[in-house]
Amino acid sequence: MKDAMPQLATDEGRPVADTLAQSPLAIRGMTVSYGEEPAIFSIDLTAEPGAMTAIIGPNGAGKSTLLKAALGIVRPLSGSATVFGKPLAKQRARIAYVPQRASVDWDFPTTVMDVALMGLSRELGLLRPVRARHVAHALACLDRVGMADFADRQIGQLSGGQQQRVFLARALAQDAELYLLDEPFAGVDAATERAIIVVLKELRAEGRTVVAVHHDLSTVAQYFDNVFLINRRKIAEGSVETAFTAANLQEAYGGRLATGQIDQLVLGMV
Amino acid sequence: MIGAEFVALSLPPLLIGTFAAIACALPGNFLVLRRQALIGDAISHVVLPGIVVAFLVTGRIGTWPMMLGAAGAALIAVGLIELIRRLGRVDAGAAMGVTFTAMFAGGVLLLEQSDTSSVHLDVQHALYGNLESLIWLEAAGWESLLDPVALASLPPELTRITVTLVAVVAFIRLLWRPLKISTFDEGFARAQGVPATILGLALVVTAASAAVAAFDAVGSIIVIAMFICPPAAARLMTERLETQIWWSVAFACLSAVLGYVLAGYGPLWLGGQNSVSAAGMIATVSGMILAATALFAPHRKAS
Repeated sequence: MKDAMPQLATDEGRPVADTLAQSPLAIRGMTVSYGEEPAIFSIDLTAEPGAMTAIIGPNGAGKSTLLKAALGIVRPLSGSATVFGKPLAKQRARIAYVPQRASVDWDFPTTVMDVALMGLSRELGLLRPVRARHVAHALACLDRVGMADFADRQIGQLSGGQQQRVFLARALAQDAELYLLDEPFAGVDAATERAIIVVLKELRAEGRTVVAVHHDLSTVAQYFDNVFLINRRKIAEGSVETAFTAANLQEAYGGRLATGQIDQLVLGMV
Repeated sequence: MIGAEFVALSLPPLLIGTFAAIACALPGNFLVLRRQALIGDAISHVVLPGIVVAFLVTGRIGTWPMMLGAAGAALIAVGLIELIRRLGRVDAGAAMGVTFTAMFAGGVLLLEQSDTSSVHLDVQHALYGNLESLIWLEAAGWESLLDPVALASLPPELTRITVTLVAVVAFIRLLWRPLKISTFDEGFARAQGVPATILGLALVVTAASAAVAAFDAVGSIIVIAMFICPPAAARLMTERLETQIWWSVAFACLSAVLGYVLAGYGPLWLGGQNSVSAAGMIATVSGMILAATALFAPHRKAS
């Protein structure tokens, strides 16, 4: 079970990858270590195209590290990631990354519009001027998350949920095919959570692939198609129906979840 | 003729002081935002042994040997900080503190033991510089600025700091976007393919170059003050990085000019006899500007 190949074909009419190599994100044998013990060990992950995948696991399981290693933000000890069948370096324009909100200093002297425009930095290059169409594009992306009215605000004046939406708008501005999000729902208000999930489902409807580190087990079944369970090692990977099981959760979380809780999560999802 | 006296005695130090202040304040903006302000401080200390060693090897004070020596010292310092942090299991700030004070102390010892009487290099000079002595003897007045023969005798420190300032401005202008993005959100920058490690290193090297060029003329006190005070004060004036840069330049100029004038004339106005150290006064003025902005600027933090 643990080492079973991920299920790429589904019976719901979603596109089927021709080969593993064509997957939007294929991680192979990824091991990362910050100190003596590996943070993640020999992880294989294959994202299903046009689907939403949740990476779940307990605190310190290496969820964020896995994303960062896939993006080349941290250097792995071993392993590799391919994006749409090619090495990451040539595919950066096809990936959008939304880091954890808490990973940046929101006191930084910049505006909401400026952050959204950062999503266009590959297009703008070093010295190309920002033109009206760039601003219009950034504004449209801000509008999609309900933040257009805040374009001129300094980012430190926003609430946590608003900051998270600005981060998502920046990723939307990149117009990518693969969206990698690190805890997009962490510490946000209910309205923001709804706004974000609407946008993510729109992305899926447009045929884009979403992979998100997720911490709230109670919404996994509601939001996502697939799950990837990790606790330093891979526990399970597959559709919510097949992989989000009591046994897998027990294995990933160990004693951190009471049996009653697990039953509730797994039974409650159907 | 007051004009001639000003051009010969005050113009070069004013220009050198101002350019040095701007050259340090510009990279200082990014260092402060990256919470690496101490690196500027560290740089200005660790370059001393580098410069002394460069002098001992070449026997003169030239631009390139000094730059290379300082750059080498900076790289050794970065390595040492990392080594102490890992082996000593202390946090980065403590590792930096240990490294830069030890290297500065080593530089002072080296300086005392070596014969530097032939050149202008001693412990006092390392701290305060020699701004007041950078005069332009050939200048006969403003018209000398157009006289190639007179221009050739401008203090070499002026040429050095001007070239450095141009290089610093070019670096920041050219790499503005990646610098800004990686300073705000390094993870995002890396995911976009920005070589954040190299860029961070380039920023430190740029700051180090400014420190070395400024160090020779104005000493390490100004260097430390200019890396931190104008950018920190500028941050309190605005919520936009672009505007912050301009404010930091304005504050750097103000510190240099006001500091120089106050050092030269302040004591006389107060009835004293002698002038005080220009470098010390420039740093003091920059500190007072920071204090004033901390009390009255529009974008102070509530906390």
